[in-house]
Amino acid sequence: MTNKLKLVMVGNGMAGVRTLEELIKLTPDLYDITVFGSEPHPNYNRILLSPVLAGEQTLDEIILNPLDWYSDNHITLHTSWTVTEVDRVKRMVHATNAAGEVKSAAYDRLILATGSNPFMLPVPGRELDGVLAYRDIADTQAMIDAATQYKHAVVIGGGLLGLEAANGLMKRGMRVTVVHVGEWLMERQLDKVAGGLLQRSLEERGMQFRMQAHTQELQADKNGRVASVLFKDGTHVLAELVVMAVGIRPNTALAEKMHLHCERGIVVSDTLQTVTDPRIYAVGECAAHRGIAYGLVAPLFEQGKVLANHLAEFGIGRYTGSLTSTKLKVTGIDLFSAGDFMGSDDGSTEEIVLSDPHEGVYKKLVIRNDQLVGACLYGDTVDGSWYFKLLRDGRSVADIREKLMFGESNIGDVGHEGHSKAASMPDDAEVCGCNGVKKGAICKAIKDKGLFTLDEVRKHTKASASCGSCTGLVEQILMFTAGGDYSATPKKKAICGCTDHSHQEVRDAIRDHKLLTNDAVFKFLEWKSPTGCATCRPAINYYRMSSWPKEALDDPQSRLINERSHANIQKDGTYSVIPRMWGGETTADELRRIADVVDKYQIPTVKVTGGQRIDLLGVKKEDLVNVWKDIGMPCGHAYAKALRTVKTCVGSEWCRMGTQDSTQMGKDLEKAMWRMYAPHKVKFAVSGCPRNCAEAGIKDVGIIGVDSGWEMYIAGNGGIKTEVAEFFVKVKTSEEVMEYTGAFMQLYREEGWYLERTVHYVNRVGMDYVKKKILDDEAGRKALWARLQFALDGEPDPWFEFDKAQVDTRQFEAISL
Amino acid sequence: MTEWKVICKVDDIPVLGARRVQRAKGVEVAVFRNAEDKVFALLDQCPHKRGPLSQGLVFGETVVCPLHNWHIGLVDGCAHAPDEGCTTRFAVRVENGDVALDMNELNTLAIDDATLAN
Repeated sequence: MTNKLKLVMVGNGMAGVRTLEELIKLTPDLYDITVFGSEPHPNYNRILLSPVLAGEQTLDEIILNPLDWYSDNHITLHTSWTVTEVDRVKRMVHATNAAGEVKSAAYDRLILATGSNPFMLPVPGRELDGVLAYRDIADTQAMIDAATQYKHAVVIGGGLLGLEAANGLMKRGMRVTVVHVGEWLMERQLDKVAGGLLQRSLEERGMQFRMQAHTQELQADKNGRVASVLFKDGTHVLAELVVMAVGIRPNTALAEKMHLHCERGIVVSDTLQTVTDPRIYAVGECAAHRGIAYGLVAPLFEQGKVLANHLAEFGIGRYTGSLTSTKLKVTGIDLFSAGDFMGSDDGSTEEIVLSDPHEGVYKKLVIRNDQLVGACLYGDTVDGSWYFKLLRDGRSVADIREKLMFGESNIGDVGHEGHSKAASMPDDAEVCGCNGVKKGAICKAIKDKGLFTLDEVRKHTKASASCGSCTGLVEQILMFTAGGDYSATPKKKAICGCTDHSHQEVRDAIRDHKLLTNDAVFKFLEWKSPTGCATCRPAINYYRMSSWPKEALDDPQSRLINERSHANIQKDGTYSVIPRMWGGETTADELRRIADVVDKYQIPTVKVTGGQRIDLLGVKKEDLVNVWKDIGMPCGHAYAKALRTVKTCVGSEWCRMGTQDSTQMGKDLEKAMWRMYAPHKVKFAVSGCPRNCAEAGIKDVGIIGVDSGWEMYIAGNGGIKTEVAEFFVKVKTSEEVMEYTGAFMQLYREEGWYLERTVHYVNRVGMDYVKKKILDDEAGRKALWARLQFALDGEPDPWFEFDKAQVDTRQFEAISL
Repeated sequence: MTEWKVICKVDDIPVLGARRVQRAKGVEVAVFRNAEDKVFALLDQCPHKRGPLSQGLVFGETVVCPLHNWHIGLVDGCAHAPDEGCTTRFAVRVENGDVALDMNELNTLAIDDATLAN
């Protein structure tokens, strides 16, 4: 006999079983687990019933947990047993099967995961043969069978599920009429225009519609099978199969019988406990959390995670609700909606609309108080996830309003052959150019491994796991492969799995509570792992150092290899060395020393970089110290999240067009700000005239000399995604250039999240905010600049001052036997 | 017969860091030290693309390869799921602060270029 606690689960669906998976990951041995399921199947992916109906997938392919999974994890599974009674006093569950037999089980903890029931219209004839709901494998199989014998089908309900059912039946050769009471299709997800476009597109495929039609009665043939649908206006349509898809209701019958408080679902707390009985939990579509019963998979999985955490007696997870968005799973039709896409009539919302009926593209963005509150996209949904992010972050869009409609990916995105519509890409098209991942491989991994989230896809396939520029495409593939409703997110994103805290919360805690060491941070914020991980430790190290210069000590073991060895690791384990050349200028003496070093240490490759410097590639680690010493030039920080290059043109000293001495300006900036660590790498450029030969338009700070002074552009980026720097201010003197640049850098250093480039920082906080802090607030600007100078004063050159820079020189020597 | 060879003191290895040990033949061996002063030894070669694990960031009982972020268990030398592949492990003995490796293993294990996982 074991003394394990007994956990019983009523229901064997996606939310419940995901909860068990999470629980077993946390604590495999705490519970004896018993599961009752009414259906004869193990847990399967209900979202993919539509592709099964459409013949695009098979039933076997949508099984998520085969029977072996239950036995491997010592879970007792009773399929085809329906729990009919729960005795809360004796803590016993009683189930019956089709033969009327009874089976009982005792529980210490009980999970109700009873899901939801389809709502059947209360019309005469609803009980006839050939009238179905669309909810489970049995319904789907009945529809597939009907399609082989009959010709005419009617689907009642023009919502998401109804249209998917209609599409599937049509693909199986039936003539399908969709009956809808609303004025347009999917009115809970689409506005009138998008609903109209959708209807037209489906009509072109042969689907028929009866809009604003009220069903009066389902009429039978002489054998008692449904034969037609009669409407209130007296007309009728032929119907040998009727599918009701008018909505679902949380299945609370058992809970009500148990006298648990139910109100549009079983009412649960933030730990998913029923408010009536703390031993009993409810999760999934049957649960009402803060008044909402979610029907989409991602929020339900969030709930499962929290519930597992609570069952495992960790007690730290809280579910605080989710934002959701919608996508239709009808192959070849792209639509996306999220938030308040209808807007309101009271004048509190504004709309930006793009409509191109010829191309079948329609986009509407709803804005309230300078925030994006809703989006409805038809035909081109690649920016759905970006809009969704803006919606969730709730940041002001005032400064990007004029380009909002054109999306995040309208300029400069590289690495996936310019594709923006995943659905139309062939299976052998490359989605992720960094890791060489093709669309087919992603789809296969999603199906075979049962992946549901972007993170899971990244882990398994590496797609979008490197530079991230194909994230939007991968999300689209996930949407139509794993099911349309994956895309909901927790309202807050944790730094990593070691904590529930976000970057901002960690930054704030370090600043407000003067946390000077990693251990202090781990302790104060109750980190789940004692030494963090490769994601959080470098971030925390940076936050400490940037918040408390001169007081918080660098921890070299919390830096990734490049910043620990002060060189850039290459694919064969050798390093590259890039010495600093102020403003891109060098001398014969420096070049001679570099040449001698290349010979002496047999450095295989010498390359001129894009940042006007010289890169020595293939240096052995044990040679690094001597190479630095022999070259005798300052560290270029080309390996670090720090100021890298300051690119300049020759400027007025030589150039006949030059208006300003850009080379000198660049050198002055570089000498003032080198050794400056930042959330991510930082690049400057200075051009001496508007011809802009130094390409200042794609730098974090770009300075362009004009006859009357200097123009300053900020938050550009020439990498993964070309981002053009925005005009920030025009100043007269080089001293002002220095002060404004320094102030912007310090603001970014103090507020940026680790690995956030200036463009992303500025996008997050808004350009107006940055202008307010630096242009409008003279005292604040000077204070920022002074703080940067204080932080940089006396900072060591890591190539020469090993002790001061805390370079562990043992790393350069191997131990010999 | 195990022939223990003292290679360094525990304190010669940085906490949450590593040192490389050169062998007469074959790829170097990486010795790691974690926050609890446990010492581990693995072939200094990631099963993915041969990245030098000695250069990775260490946490818990895991090292993260510096090339492509694979997480390798220090105890078993194997990649964390869903990645697959293992690197060679070496026995370690710590006595009185001395770290010792087995000479037999150093002379025989993974002397020829180890094969890659994929």
